[in-house]
Amino acid sequence: MTTRMPIPTPMLMTIAMLDDFLTRAALAGVGLSLATGPLGSFVVWRRMAYFGDATAHAAILGVALALASDLPIGFGIMVVALAMAVTVATLAAKGWAMDTTLGVLAHSALAFGLVAVSFVPGVRTDLSAWLFGDILAVSRGDLAFVWGGAIVVLGLLAWRWQALLTATLNEDLAHASGLNPDRERLALTVALAIVVAVAIKVVGALLIAAMLIIPAAAARSLSRTPEAMAVFAIGIGAVSALGGLYLSLWQDTPAGPSIIVIAAGIFAVTAALSRPRA
Amino acid sequence: MTLIAADHLCVRFGGSEVLHDVSIAVQPGEIVTIVGPNGSGKSTLLRALLGIVPAAQGRVQRAPGLRIGYVPQRLALDRSLPMTVRRFLSLPVRVSDAAASQALARVGVPAVAQMQMSSLSGGQLQRVLLARALLSDPQLLVLDEPTQGLDQPGEAGFYQLIEDVRAQSGVAVLMVSHDLHVVMAASDRVVCLNGHVCCEGTPHVVSSAPEYRALFGLGTKGALALYQHVHDHDHGHDHAHAHPHSHAHDHSHA
Repeated sequence: MTTRMPIPTPMLMTIAMLDDFLTRAALAGVGLSLATGPLGSFVVWRRMAYFGDATAHAAILGVALALASDLPIGFGIMVVALAMAVTVATLAAKGWAMDTTLGVLAHSALAFGLVAVSFVPGVRTDLSAWLFGDILAVSRGDLAFVWGGAIVVLGLLAWRWQALLTATLNEDLAHASGLNPDRERLALTVALAIVVAVAIKVVGALLIAAMLIIPAAAARSLSRTPEAMAVFAIGIGAVSALGGLYLSLWQDTPAGPSIIVIAAGIFAVTAALSRPRA
Repeated sequence: MTLIAADHLCVRFGGSEVLHDVSIAVQPGEIVTIVGPNGSGKSTLLRALLGIVPAAQGRVQRAPGLRIGYVPQRLALDRSLPMTVRRFLSLPVRVSDAAASQALARVGVPAVAQMQMSSLSGGQLQRVLLARALLSDPQLLVLDEPTQGLDQPGEAGFYQLIEDVRAQSGVAVLMVSHDLHVVMAASDRVVCLNGHVCCEGTPHVVSSAPEYRALFGLGTKGALALYQHVHDHDHGHDHAHAHPHSHAHDHSHA
């Protein structure tokens, strides 16, 4: 046996805490909120809700392809989510009717994914984990993936923040300021693909879009600036994750949907409390 | 030195030619107004000059390092996006509070900084858009139908403001007007566009004429003027070129 390096006490405590599945679950939920808060705000501002749904549903197809080809599942999801997002963006640029196109693509991606998964032995049994998430089974590796992905997304959005906001307000204005709205849209697309790959373990493919939209929508009535809305959305997402976990333990409900239930409750409260603005 | 120029510019969308052989140039300090009927390619010309739509033929030339302040026709002010006026002025380049309040005072809306963009009136919004465009210290202001939706005193007031800004800073102005006949009196040149340049001239300042008073009343202080179209060609019947002929001026389609 090799000699062990002495480990400082606080770090030892942290490592011991990570042994607790509940701590890992809580950290995964909070980590995910860091990415879904700001990205979800853009999804709301740019009316990309259905776009997010289509990308998230494509994740199941990514799971199937990754399992069939022995690639890392997160990688498979990211590739398929990115392919879906680029397909949608390309069709939109060609002038396809977006409502119908997204409806076709979102549900087809889900159906193709479910059919493809049925060909992979041993997956059919825990399919619900991919659809609804399995946050209580988050491993240390998963946790690192969630936080790594969230920090990449947060960094990407922070870097492009001013340009993204300008392009969201008015693409011509962005152009005239020397920005390229297409490049900013690509940044959002990449961020969305990463978030889908990161979020599937936490809330599942079916509810990723909800995790993006509901906290941001709940944050809207509390905010006067875009930055405030993004920060509130992070907070509401984190509170929803923790509250959902608590609800799940207390009432033995599925964790992923419980998180969304709490978020929806917060949305109802902030929407009811907000006075109509002049 | 020319700030920006289109040189025999053609722009096509799909199979149809929206702009044909358009040449236009803006010199420093000059106010150029573009008029034309709906669908005449006015906005497309601005977008081509800004480099947003590509030229099918011909080319667009800009002075090296040209700083453009752009005032868009509309802003998609979705209620889902919270945005104070102060925050908006810091897009895409962050500006100091002092610079922001100075810019708002300059365009005559000093008290709106903490208001939400979506709660501004049409006239306030145009002035805030102008304030943002001025913050980059532009050499050229590009305005796309800035007075659409404003009433006549509002339009006159906005044109007066543009004139003042030009007088203070020497900025050149390239503006699309939604009105074929009533333009900014301070325009050095008016270009009438209908897929191509139909005619070009100076506005007819008629503030003392009785027709002018009948049209504009006395509240506009000479900021508006008539533009007299002198077209030397016919567009035929298949071409949508609907100049209303109700105004009291000569309008010759020879």
